[in-house]
Amino acid sequence: MSLTTDGGKSVSVVEAKGLGLTFKTADGDVIALSDVNLDIRRGEFVSFIGPSGCGKTTFLRVIADLEQPTSGTITVNGTSPADARVNRSYGYVFQAPALFPWRTIEKNVALPLEIMGYGEADRRERIRKTLELVNLEGFEKKFPWQLSGGMQQRASIARALAFDADLLLMDEPFGALDEIVRDHLNSELLKLWAATQKTIAFVTHSIPEAVYLSTKIVVMSPRPGRVTDVIESPLPAERPLEIRETPEFLAIAHRVREGLRAGHSYEE
Amino acid sequence: MGKTWRDGSLIPIVIVLIGLIVVWYVAAILMNWSGVSDFYQRTDVTGVTFGQQLNDVLNQDKPLLPAPHQIVAEFWKTTVEQAVTSKRSLVYHGWQTLSATLLGFIMGTAFGIGLAVFIVHNQAMDRSLMPWIIASQTVPILAIAPMVIVVLNAVGISGLIPKALISTYLSFFPVVVGMVKGFRSPEQIQLDLMRTYNASRFEVFTKLRWPIALPYLFTSMKVGVAASLVGAIVGELPAGTSNGIGARLLAGSYYGQTVQIWSALLAAALLAGALIALVGIAERVINARLGARP
Repeated sequence: MSLTTDGGKSVSVVEAKGLGLTFKTADGDVIALSDVNLDIRRGEFVSFIGPSGCGKTTFLRVIADLEQPTSGTITVNGTSPADARVNRSYGYVFQAPALFPWRTIEKNVALPLEIMGYGEADRRERIRKTLELVNLEGFEKKFPWQLSGGMQQRASIARALAFDADLLLMDEPFGALDEIVRDHLNSELLKLWAATQKTIAFVTHSIPEAVYLSTKIVVMSPRPGRVTDVIESPLPAERPLEIRETPEFLAIAHRVREGLRAGHSYEE
Repeated sequence: MGKTWRDGSLIPIVIVLIGLIVVWYVAAILMNWSGVSDFYQRTDVTGVTFGQQLNDVLNQDKPLLPAPHQIVAEFWKTTVEQAVTSKRSLVYHGWQTLSATLLGFIMGTAFGIGLAVFIVHNQAMDRSLMPWIIASQTVPILAIAPMVIVVLNAVGISGLIPKALISTYLSFFPVVVGMVKGFRSPEQIQLDLMRTYNASRFEVFTKLRWPIALPYLFTSMKVGVAASLVGAIVGELPAGTSNGIGARLLAGSYYGQTVQIWSALLAAALLAGALIALVGIAERVINARLGARP
């Protein structure tokens, strides 16, 4: 673990230095990430925002060891992403719920627990606890198709939380949901983050969502994918939905929008 | 049955069936008429009324095309009115074929699944095996069956096993093709998910690839079980044995016993229908357990 100076709170969970990733395709090289330097500290809620092709999802996948960087270094919990994955030190929430349709909700949450070798009683307790955390009590025996899209995504968050990894990686988890459900899930996610003290890396393309949720907003831009701005949010930890109409909130949203505009040439 | 009645598909089925029977009777009369006329001429019978000739046409011993009631009567006589141990019983012959079909089908399904597992997990297997598997099905089974029977007979294996092997040969193919597709049907996101759990290949197989492939398995098994039955019957043709539906067909054609041929065909069709229905029931039971939408 790489400890930094200001107390226990500032342990780096993810540390990227000069990170680059180039995909080799038939049409030539695509630079997905270029010289990304970033530090995610324990307990932070970090949002990655940018237009499609800016590498935000790719960066998340590099943390998860689902993609291999071609230059630079990255550590997760002080180790390589591969070791972090083997140690099961993160939970990953995908764009789609990716629930297994032949498993009930509780069996879906049990999936990582089965693979990681948790005992029967422990499994039951963890399923109960995490389903309660995402407000899905009473839906244990339902199959995924019997749930709405928002509930399915909540189940997939429960699945990522079940084995108590300290780091939660979320790739546009609410992107496919309508605005009302999204607002609701955003405030629930904040409560969940406060309750579990996890470190969350959250990819989104919604400015209000990023500003509402984050302690730190990473603005990215495409061609090549790079970080153009990192904004530490001054908003308080307690955030009712109405905070989105305050001047502070709008000021940050404005800065994010400026950052996105600066990094994006509209001639393309 | 109740369901078929309720969703209103029973009436169309009955109408089509009646239509087919009418067409059959007309065809039987047209095809057999001149044969009976010739018979009258040869035996110097004269003054036969139309009604009498019609009656004779529909109740010939060896008609070109037996009428439905003749087939049903023969089927009844050789199933219900015969002891099942008798060589005249279609139940006896049906069981001879069915046992080979089932054994061959089980072996074929197991072999097909095994091959598919290898193919999905090994690229070299995929490239080297698949062309051979496809080529195997382009060889006419009628050419292979006698060789299998003769070769196995030479080493002292006869009866059930050779027939079952021919069934296996026909039934593994749909299973291997279906299961390769099934095992490859997980989406990238599901495979990524398993990777984030650091799941082993075995766990990916048992928890993802196998359950997601089950619907493909049942579709393949429906094709496979019908192919299995064909294989067992074809295996009986060159065997020289007097057992099985295939042997009944062959004996019927030697002696011009068209009614016997058709009732054996009816038995084969009923068996095939029953086998496919059984696979269908198993499919529904498993699907319900896997949470498929009703």
